[in-house]
Amino acid sequence: MRVPLSWLRVFVPDLVATGEELAVALIAAGLEVEQVEQHGDLANVVVGRVRDVEELTEFKKPIRFCHVDTGAGVREVVCGATNFAAGDLVPFALPGAVLPGGFEIATRQTYGRTSDGMICSAAELGLADSSAGILVLETGQLGQDVVELLGLRDEVLDIAITPDRGYALSIRGVAREAATAFDMAFQDPGVRDTPPADGGYEVRLADAGCDRFVARIVRGVDPAVPSPAWLQRRLVLAGMRPISLAVDITNHVMLEVGQPLHGYDLAKLQGPVVVRRARAGESLTTLDGQQRLLDPADLLITDDSGPIGLAGVMGGASTEISDTTTDILVEAAHFASSTVTLTARRHRLPSEASKRFERGVDSALPAVAAELAVQLLVELGGGTAGPVSDVDQRVSLPPVQMAVGLPGRVAGLDYSRDTVVRRLEQVGCSVSGAEVLDVTAPSWRPDLRGPADLVEEVIRLEGYDAVPIALPTAPAGRGLTAGQRLRRTVARSVAMAGLVEVVMPPFVADSLLDTLGLAGDEPPRLLNPLSEEEALLRPALLPGLLTAVLRNVGRGLTDVALFETGSVFRGTGTPVAEVPSTNRRPTEEQLAALDAALPAQPRHLAVALAGHRAGRPVTVGDAVEVLLAAARAVDVTLTVGRGQDPAHHPAHHPAHHSAHHPGRCAVLLLDGEPVGTAGEVHPRVVSRLGLPPRPVVGELDLDQLVRAAEQAGPAPAPVISTYPPSSVDVALVVAADVLSSDVAQRLRQGAGELLEELRLFDVFTGPQIGAGKVSLAYALRFRAADRTLTDVEVLAARDAAIAAAGELGAVLRGS
Amino acid sequence: MSAPDYDPKRVDALSPESLEHARAEALEALRDASSLDELAAAKTAHLGGSAPISLANREIGVLPPAARGDAGKRVNEVRGVIEAAFLSARAALEDERDARVLVEERVDVSLLPGTVLPGGRHPLMALQDRIADVFVAMGWEVAEGPEVEHEWFNFDALNMPADHPAREMQDTLWVAPEGSGVVLRTQTSPVQIRSLLARGLPCYVVAPGRVYRNDALDATHSPVFGQVEGLCVDEGITMAHLRGTLAHFAEATIGQGLKTRLRPSYFPFTEPSAELDLQCFNCRGEASRQPCRVCSDEGWIELGGCGMVNPAVLVACGVDPERYSGFAFGMGLDRTLMFRHGITDIRDLYEGDQRFTLALGTEG
Repeated sequence: MRVPLSWLRVFVPDLVATGEELAVALIAAGLEVEQVEQHGDLANVVVGRVRDVEELTEFKKPIRFCHVDTGAGVREVVCGATNFAAGDLVPFALPGAVLPGGFEIATRQTYGRTSDGMICSAAELGLADSSAGILVLETGQLGQDVVELLGLRDEVLDIAITPDRGYALSIRGVAREAATAFDMAFQDPGVRDTPPADGGYEVRLADAGCDRFVARIVRGVDPAVPSPAWLQRRLVLAGMRPISLAVDITNHVMLEVGQPLHGYDLAKLQGPVVVRRARAGESLTTLDGQQRLLDPADLLITDDSGPIGLAGVMGGASTEISDTTTDILVEAAHFASSTVTLTARRHRLPSEASKRFERGVDSALPAVAAELAVQLLVELGGGTAGPVSDVDQRVSLPPVQMAVGLPGRVAGLDYSRDTVVRRLEQVGCSVSGAEVLDVTAPSWRPDLRGPADLVEEVIRLEGYDAVPIALPTAPAGRGLTAGQRLRRTVARSVAMAGLVEVVMPPFVADSLLDTLGLAGDEPPRLLNPLSEEEALLRPALLPGLLTAVLRNVGRGLTDVALFETGSVFRGTGTPVAEVPSTNRRPTEEQLAALDAALPAQPRHLAVALAGHRAGRPVTVGDAVEVLLAAARAVDVTLTVGRGQDPAHHPAHHPAHHSAHHPGRCAVLLLDGEPVGTAGEVHPRVVSRLGLPPRPVVGELDLDQLVRAAEQAGPAPAPVISTYPPSSVDVALVVAADVLSSDVAQRLRQGAGELLEELRLFDVFTGPQIGAGKVSLAYALRFRAADRTLTDVEVLAARDAAIAAAGELGAVLRGS
Repeated sequence: MSAPDYDPKRVDALSPESLEHARAEALEALRDASSLDELAAAKTAHLGGSAPISLANREIGVLPPAARGDAGKRVNEVRGVIEAAFLSARAALEDERDARVLVEERVDVSLLPGTVLPGGRHPLMALQDRIADVFVAMGWEVAEGPEVEHEWFNFDALNMPADHPAREMQDTLWVAPEGSGVVLRTQTSPVQIRSLLARGLPCYVVAPGRVYRNDALDATHSPVFGQVEGLCVDEGITMAHLRGTLAHFAEATIGQGLKTRLRPSYFPFTEPSAELDLQCFNCRGEASRQPCRVCSDEGWIELGGCGMVNPAVLVACGVDPERYSGFAFGMGLDRTLMFRHGITDIRDLYEGDQRFTLALGTEG
């Protein structure tokens, strides 16, 4: 809402505050003033009289050379406009004047003559968006300051209006707040005598969505008369474009008091005006020229021809006022906010009218607003007021009861009864009662429906700054949950392992999921995505991480190590049959149904590495190691399986293997169950996405990991033996496709409890070992808790370990 | 059996001349040793088991008891001299070695053997943790809720029925199919509802998390951003408690002694409602004296919305508004991050550029 200060002062005559001062006061009262604009801030523009006009004909366009008497001398000037004659009074900018937009006037040579100033148009003075010619003044004295003469100096407050303050979408509403803020008299333009209904145009209200409809006839309006300058000026400052007298008047009244009006060409109306809902198949061409198929929930203004307007949103083209219209029917009606909200949203048609009805319009206003419009049409357009119709089906609401101490109890300080009553009355309420107040909200405040709404009015007008500062005493808390603590530990451990955390938007493209083989994971689809391209929600973190890898590499980084933790989204829930009401707590069944409507949203942890790490190219082992270490950080041991093992191929897997190099992918197992994968990115994916060579990725279900960590009890302390250890090295030859981690696990099993530590210290392949084989050398350290081990015991344990590894085909090297 | 005919003078090894000779020999050998190895050899030769002084020592037992004391004294005297000479020679040679050899063994200690240094935590995550800790210290707990949420939680229960104009204030991303009622949560406020329904009373929870709006990514907008929600419902909670909690929150997360102010505003789920403004960290509210780009000369920066929980919200959660009252707040975290770290382009937070997070470290 743009509010010119000059207009505001009409209703708060005592107001002397500057725009900035007023803005501070209004902000404190809850009106968000976003900007204070200065207008007419120009000097050295004076009234001049054109002495003579010489037409210069040697140029492509008409150019005039004139002498202008400024009262303090005659100046030569070149002018491109032709709508003036010798003897006319004009605004003349002297050299040195600065016009709106920083346009500086100077003496210059142009078209072969000297131009010693400028004759100004309305637009050049900031009076209008555009003008056809220069502004010919009706009155004025030579040399008079044009800013004074035209009242150009003004300030405009630009205010963002919250949805609860419909009344403030008018000069009237803002003026009331200004008067309250400065404790000044307020002259309410929304209260005045109006003529009674006397058999005007027939109106029928056939729907509860409209409870008041005033229709006024004005005949004989001269369609050629333009709006006067003062009216155009107000509209321009308020941000609206002057169009024609009739339209400008309805806009002026709407801006002044907040009541949207609509003018019909009376000659084009057929039969009675009926307000009703749309019927199936009906359509309407609105004023913007769009033909709109109507929804049965749309509230309409109709006549015998069918729909002629979307109630409270926009009028129809068929009854529009044209440049030949002389007889006008003015509509001032009151429509329910919810029906206007939904119709405007349905047709994506926010308008000045709908904006006001959505927030609530004063239901007492229609008669007043119509009267204001009719008076102006009569005064300015030469029309004659005709008969009046006023269909009034308003239902008055009972007063709100509020304990007089409630505002104080909410704010945490005491307000006297006088203060509470005075503040409510300033808002426009009528108040009675002693301990419990009966408060009747004014018709312009439909938002004041309960005690809490009244409480806010008292506290805000008394000032939020007056509210004291105190800390509540929460009961002793339990701190972070185990899950919250463990998730932090996991993230920190991955960061400590040298990876960098990113937060990626969860939107992914179908094509990327296809490339990664993740399309089968039922990613939810957005109805109104930011870009049609990326309409899916991520079913895994992998797509976002690869996007980030690409971006980093694209920006010239060579070694990239990223991780992300966050929710992924899979499947669609079961729609809720009936959304619970909000007037009581939903039942447990209803709550379960709401949750069942959502997709699965597990938290994942994912890593991606490319280029070098620790001075050598990354390998799949890096991704595996980081994820194993993350699990170890929360005392969970994961084991590694070969990715292409069919036993580990559940469809629900965190990241599918088609994104992975089939020979270089691992599955991470928790008690034998897969919880994650890691692998080198498949060469086909690498080339399709343009990734650097051989990046590696890994992803696991963080929720499962954390659950396992939560379930583990306190770890038992080991017995620390101080008997001497016995160390034995074992080199085993196995088929190259056997996992070393499996061999180690068998060795451990076979060696039994005397084995204190097992360490792989050498991996060797070569002709000595044989094709398709690998030699794995392990150091085994044995120790007993209660004695020094004998050689016999150690050798027996070693042989048992080798025998167990033998189940995987491992044989002692050299044997 | 008679005692052997034994003349002490005949025990040559113990003669003063022999001892003097041993002493001189030993000192010369120790003095001549030019390395620790030579010194070790000299020590073996002159202090070891077969050194003259050791042989002399063994001879003492042969002497008559009356002569043993004197002989022992003389042997020990010489031995002491030799040992002292050895220690001083060793110290000299070690000093020499340390001065020369160990210096020659110097390496480049800034050369790291291919180890991996810590990476970084995203500043949004670090800030969420930090804020959670501030509230946990006050006895609050950290609540969570799903990012894909049902509109009942995101709107209806927050006093925003389908026809409410406030729904238009937030550009909502809807999940298919049409009419599913499922949205990407536009705010962390649905966690208020889930907390009241699941936790019972009194309820003191804070809920940091990611929220989504249908806003194109540019320098100051992001479709995904961080928010933190707070909810306190108990008996006797007033707006004074809201002011106190927010002032503490601002001081603990932003600090710098900046003031906060509440400004009347509107949210469907609070009544009264307010915007929380923080004194501009750049101009400290002095924008009227000098232009400030950070706050557009307003002197204040909008941090988020807050207010007293609307009784309608309590009713939807089965809480008796006659007995309980509460406050709630929701703050955008991106803005806090931007001025905490001097970030000028919000896209840096969500593009995944490694250099960005790495520069901000692990504590944010």
